[in-house]
Order: sequence, then structure tokens, then C-alpha cells
Amino acid sequence: MCLAIPAQIVALLPDAMATVDLGGVRKDISVVLVDGLAVGDYVILHTGFALSRLDPEEALRTLELFAEMGTLAEAQRELAGP
Amino acid sequence: MKFVDEFRDHALAKTLAAKIRAEVRPETRYHVMEFCGGHTHAIFRYGIQDLLPANVRLIHGPGCPVCVLPVGRIDDAVALARDHGVILCTYGDMLRVPGSKRVSLLKAKAEGADVRMVYSSLDALKIARDNPDRQVVFFAIGFETTTPPTAVALQQARAADLKNFTVFCNHVLTPSAIANILESPEVRRLGTLPLDGFVGPAHVSAVIGSRPYEFFAEEYERPVVIAGFEPLDVMQAVLMLVRQLNEGRAEVENEYSRVVTREGNIKAQALVAEVFELRRTFEWRGLGLVPYSALAIKEAFAAWDAERRFAVPARSVPDNKACECGAILRGLKTPRDCKVFGTACTPENPLGSCMVSSEGACAAYYTYGRFRDAG
Ligand code: SF4
Repeated sequence: MCLAIPAQIVALLPDAMATVDLGGVRKDISVVLVDGLAVGDYVILHTGFALSRLDPEEALRTLELFAEMGTLAEAQRELAGP
Repeated sequence: MKFVDEFRDHALAKTLAAKIRAEVRPETRYHVMEFCGGHTHAIFRYGIQDLLPANVRLIHGPGCPVCVLPVGRIDDAVALARDHGVILCTYGDMLRVPGSKRVSLLKAKAEGADVRMVYSSLDALKIARDNPDRQVVFFAIGFETTTPPTAVALQQARAADLKNFTVFCNHVLTPSAIANILESPEVRRLGTLPLDGFVGPAHVSAVIGSRPYEFFAEEYERPVVIAGFEPLDVMQAVLMLVRQLNEGRAEVENEYSRVVTREGNIKAQALVAEVFELRRTFEWRGLGLVPYSALAIKEAFAAWDAERRFAVPARSVPDNKACECGAILRGLKTPRDCKVFGTACTPENPLGSCMVSSEGACAAYYTYGRFRDAG
């Protein structure tokens, strides 16, 4: 019920609608709740509506945080020796 | 899928688990409630509890809209479909929730009522446009994520002066439910509710922002970390909560910064404020009457309010006696404490609402085989 998924805008349509791509599947959704969207933007899609934007840079930053932790853990293991 | 798969990486999950294990203090208790059904689902689906040390326990809160809708409102919806001959439209999960005498909307449909599943509030609007000689009621439920779409449907209905479309509004508010759990006399009296922090909702927060949780952090001195719904998001949130608890901090932190801001979606908030107002009180399944915890349709939209058009009675119907959903939603019990779990109550034939949706604790326990639980 609360699940919502990232979708990429592939075309803007009249009446605050847009076509999105969901991993290969296309769907028309309402973008009336989010202003200023452009083709290529990512949104969070929920019950046929874009609820908000997804910021790719922030996503990357979060992923980098995980990755850093990975290298850190490795470094610690190495320091601890075999 | 982009922005999904990266947050499910197995190796990184292991790293995060190792990090959590390294940072927890064995003598400390870290009991955190995930408020949102989306998190409950992810936790069970990916077996996250199994990756955590024993003193880090996840408690499944009342964040599933299907699970918290009281029996009386389901009976009202069934009555609308049966007695008023309307086309009743609602989201799929609602269809199987049992009302009184185990009558669900699906059962009413089998008996001839015109009940239809919709994916979006706009689909309900379309059904009304396509059936001008029938009354169409959209049975609207959900937290702050589904409320703006309902507001849009109401506005469009008014703009088009649609005479055969109304909304049966059952939208509820997340912050009031969290407050209710923290203040519940039962929880206080038993003193056993081990709540040290919260994993804050993902998409609810996309709409309302992270700001509303600042009150909890300050007032109740509980840390809140808003997290996305993917397994790595949940693990990272647990790590952030562990750190806050270790350092004696109680702050609102945002793990889900790719979607959630402090302000949230202002346009959606304005729309909701235009169409809805607070109800003085609303019944929640398992939590009872919760003050200022739900929304009603404003006077300006009265013509599209199903409660007014069909004079819906505000009935209150007690839950099935055997069902422990109430205590489970408060974090006081787990599904295995329920005598009818997996026997009289299964996802195919649910007795209580927690067994209906995959975001409910009982259904998650059942589906993913978690019969044991690190108590
Ligand atoms: S198993 Fe069924 S009856 Fe028992 S608490 Fe869960 S939903 Fe209620």
C-alpha cells in the first residue's frame, strides 16, 4: 500500500501528465503534485502520481557512504592481519 | 531498476551488518520501531532481523493503512456498496480486509455488489465519467502518501462539476499515531514497551518532510532516522540509530536524502490543506480513538463527500476477541503471541487486518516464515 518506486520521465504530456519508464515498462502518470519536471528526471511514483523528485546526486552520495564503509571494513580487516 | 538494485547489494548489506555488530554495545538495548509498513515488508522480505545482533530488535509499528482502519469503517464501505447500489472503488489491499462477521468488500462483490479495484484516485474519477447514471464512491484510505492524490481527484470532480462522484474519506496522519503510541496509558503502565528510537517513514516523509519528527526527538527524547524502503536503507538507518543511542543523542536524521527534504512537498501539502480539515477524533484499529489523527473533507467540497451524501453512520465495532492486532501495532506483542495465528487466521482467510496486507506484521511473519522471533 505504501510502496512507491522510482520512475524516469520520458515524455511530458498535456494536463499535468507524463509518461514514465519503469525498468522497461511505460506508463502514463499524473505529475500535478511536482512542479518543473523535465524529461530524464526521476520521480517517486505512487498510486499513479509522482509524489516527489528523486535527486540522483543525493542517491550517489548515499551509495558512496556505503562504499566507503566497505573499503573501511576491508582496511580494518587488513590491519588486523590474517 | 535504477535507484533500486544499487540499494539491495548483498555485499554491502554484509558490510553494514558488520559495522552494526562492531558498534553495538553488548550491555545496551536497541529496540527501534519501524513505523511504516513499507519497512516492515522490507525487513521480512530480506531477513534483516537475522543480520542484526540480538540486542538490536525491530518492532513493527502501525504504519500500514490497511491494518489500522477500524471494522466500523469497513462495514460502512460494505453498506455503501450493498445498500446504496453505488460503484465502490478502492485500492486492491482494501478488498480482503474483514469487517463484521468476516464480510469483506470482496465477499460483498461476490454477492453482487459493484466493487471495483482501482490503481489510482484518477481511475475512480474516470469510472464516474464513464458511468454518468451511476453513483461512484471512492473509498479513500491511507497515510500522507495517498492523501494528495485524493485531493487532486476531489478538485477535478469539483472543476468538472461531476454530480455522481464522492469520496469516502479515511485518510489518517502519521505523527498523531506515533504520539499516541508513545503516550498510550497501556504502554506506560506495562512499562514494557521497549522503544528506544524510530525508523521514520520514507514516502510519507517525502510529502510532509522531516520537520514533523523534530517534535518527537525533542519532546520524547527518541532519535528518528528517516529511511528509504530498500534493505540497505533500513540497515543504514539502524546503524545511524545505534550511533545516536550510543552517543546519547535524540535527533532527526535523514538517510533518505535522495527523496526526502526537511520541508517535504509543499505543493502537495497546500493542496491537502485546501481540501481537507482535521477530524477531532478518529478510531484506529488497535489504538482506539485518537484525537486529531485523521482528515475529513472540507465544507467547500461537501457535495463530493460520501459521508454527507449517504449519511454514513459512524459505527464503532469491536475487533474479533481473539485478534491481538492492537497489542501488535503498539509493539507490545508479536504475532506468535496470537492463539489463532496461522490456524484460524491466515493470509487466505484473515481474521484480523494485520494478516491482510504484506505490510502487516502477521502477514509478514506468515509469508516469510518467521515463526520464531528473537524475543
Ligand atoms: S494472527 Fe490474525 S487474529 Fe491474530 S493478531 Fe494477527 S491478524 Fe489478528
